[in-house]
Amino acid sequence: MKKWSAIFAPALVALATTAPSSAYAAECEEIVLGSAISLTGKYATNGVHAKNGYEFAIKKIKENGGIKVDGKCYNFNVIYYDDESKGDRGATLAERLISQDKVQYMLGPYSSGLTKAIAPVTERYKIPMVEAEGASRSLFNKGYKYLFAVLSTSEQYLASAVTLAEEMAKKDGKDAGDIKVAIAVENDPFSLDIRAGVLEDAGRVGMNVVIDEKLPRDLSDMSAILTKVKLLKPDLLVVSGHSKGAATAVRQIKEQNIKVPMIALTHCEAADVTGNFGDAADGILCSTQWAETLSYWDPVFGTAANYEQEFKSAYPEYKEKKVPYQTAQASAAVMVFMSAFERAGTLDKDAVREAISATDMTTFYGRIKFSDAGNNIAKPMVLRQIQNGEYNVVAPSAFASHGLDWPRK
Amino acid sequence: MDQILGNIDLLIQFPIVNLKIIIDGVMIGALFALAAYGLALVWGVMNVKNLAQGDFVIAGGYVAWWMTQKGIHPLLGVPAAFIIMWGIGWVIYKLVISRVIERDLFTSLLATFGLAIMMAQILNLMFGSDTQSIDLGYDTLHFADGLIDVPISKLIGVCMALSLAAGVIIFMKRSRMGQAIRATAQDARAARVLGIDTEKVYAFTFSLNSAICGAAGAIIVMAWVIQPFYGITYSIRAFVIVTAAGLGNLPGVIAAGLGIGAAEQYGSHIFGIGYQQAIAVLLLLLVLVVRLLIQRRKRQVLQ
Repeated sequence: MKKWSAIFAPALVALATTAPSSAYAAECEEIVLGSAISLTGKYATNGVHAKNGYEFAIKKIKENGGIKVDGKCYNFNVIYYDDESKGDRGATLAERLISQDKVQYMLGPYSSGLTKAIAPVTERYKIPMVEAEGASRSLFNKGYKYLFAVLSTSEQYLASAVTLAEEMAKKDGKDAGDIKVAIAVENDPFSLDIRAGVLEDAGRVGMNVVIDEKLPRDLSDMSAILTKVKLLKPDLLVVSGHSKGAATAVRQIKEQNIKVPMIALTHCEAADVTGNFGDAADGILCSTQWAETLSYWDPVFGTAANYEQEFKSAYPEYKEKKVPYQTAQASAAVMVFMSAFERAGTLDKDAVREAISATDMTTFYGRIKFSDAGNNIAKPMVLRQIQNGEYNVVAPSAFASHGLDWPRK
Repeated sequence: MDQILGNIDLLIQFPIVNLKIIIDGVMIGALFALAAYGLALVWGVMNVKNLAQGDFVIAGGYVAWWMTQKGIHPLLGVPAAFIIMWGIGWVIYKLVISRVIERDLFTSLLATFGLAIMMAQILNLMFGSDTQSIDLGYDTLHFADGLIDVPISKLIGVCMALSLAAGVIIFMKRSRMGQAIRATAQDARAARVLGIDTEKVYAFTFSLNSAICGAAGAIIVMAWVIQPFYGITYSIRAFVIVTAAGLGNLPGVIAAGLGIGAAEQYGSHIFGIGYQQAIAVLLLLLVLVVRLLIQRRKRQVLQ
């Protein structure tokens, strides 16, 4: 870590000294944000996605004339430290950002686990943290006052599939009570959140849960569950088990010729189900926080599609792939800070916290409005259906670009 | 509890499902048996209990997967994995195993345990932690109203596993090297006295084990999925099978392999798929208890 800061500190100094020469920054002062983020270790890929999202938003805000606080103009500058994807490291670095670097506002780390490690620290120092990468709902039942998340919590990941199944059944003249649901999720906190969300929504409309099983951590064969699916004929099959769950499900659904009208998964993109299994993935619903085809808009980035385009030209390494939603939501977190500073009209920490808490804004990433617990309650999860190898948004219907193919063939 | 009863009820309502469960179990069991046979070989010949057995399987899977990415036909991945894993096995033998053969049990257990961790992490660094699998694009055969389905890729995989097993058996019975291996297993010192280069035999045996595992892994990646940290599943099964069947009892290893495959499928159908591995471990426990009881009654030296 010493080595890291040794490299980093001069870089920051260099940044600070060159900044005034740019036309935008000349008349603007600086607001310093801090973030411990995973630049190495197991979360490095997504940590870098998130950091790029922060940096891109900061650059765009600068180009747009900065942040107007009480008639004065500011720009963001972020101090990053590498948490090495480790929780204890993250907590130490948060302490350091707050007590040594005197950071007053924090951007979140990557993953629920790291956020869970850092939140107690920011809470103790009463430092507002807007995070974009921790979805576990256990973050929002601890009574934290200074933690805000722009993304949808994990129990919502597949809950919209339940709503969709209900809509389709109604269209077919069936009652919600006739709908049979099969659930297979891994036995880890994230997937169990998803299961809880599906069970809650299915229970509310009186659906009948016929299969409810936990997948093992080292899953490579789920034919036992799929055989039961064949016998019990559910109308909705929900599978969540990270990328192995998605890969195993898609592979064996095809092999066993499973005909379920609606199948919803998580982690389709991570498992690259379209690339690995081709046609077999067609008709499957995949959940995502954000998609570039959504019709959201804001004055800084324009539409979601515009965000994607401009981000790709700023970061050419993303040219060949889709811009991950981790990047988009990181940018959205910066937007929240911008809006909160402008609305607060002061740099006072507590006033800014109040302003963040009162946020109700539309961004290219979706609407953002926080509950008392700090999670975003205004943005729905997006469901995309794989149609001819393409991910097309089919729900929520207000933002859908394509119709739902139902029942799945 | 209701769910368990419901699941048993399903088995009674649809008796054909029993057949499907057994077919599924036997297919994966054939691969467990392959890994277990390699383990029995190394265990019997050099008295090294290879805890990295499953990681050799997964490494073989990644070799085949990587070759396919490079444009080689997936079916050729199996012989390719056999050959490449032979080489890797030889290198590992020279680097690690040859140094721990003469040592006590714990040294070799520790060494192979370390090897298992190293291999999983290296695979993770090289290929990433995502699940991989090869789609051969073959059809699936359906019987009994579609309740029984046999993917052709699995069928090919199982046939390959069987022919590999047959090949190894014939090799062990007929060839000079096979004889030397069996002689060394019976009494290494006597074999040395009679002019067998046991060091060479050890290196050969370990490489052969690694190659068998590699081929098993290449078959697994065609019909199921692999991930760098899946090795332990195959290690556990291999240990259960060898413990149940005993060393040097080849028909026993095969029968136990197929049996454990079927038992697991039954277990995961009745108790839920989350308990699949628990079934294997439970069986190991039962086997050990039963063996202990038998051994108490009949004192004997290890054959």
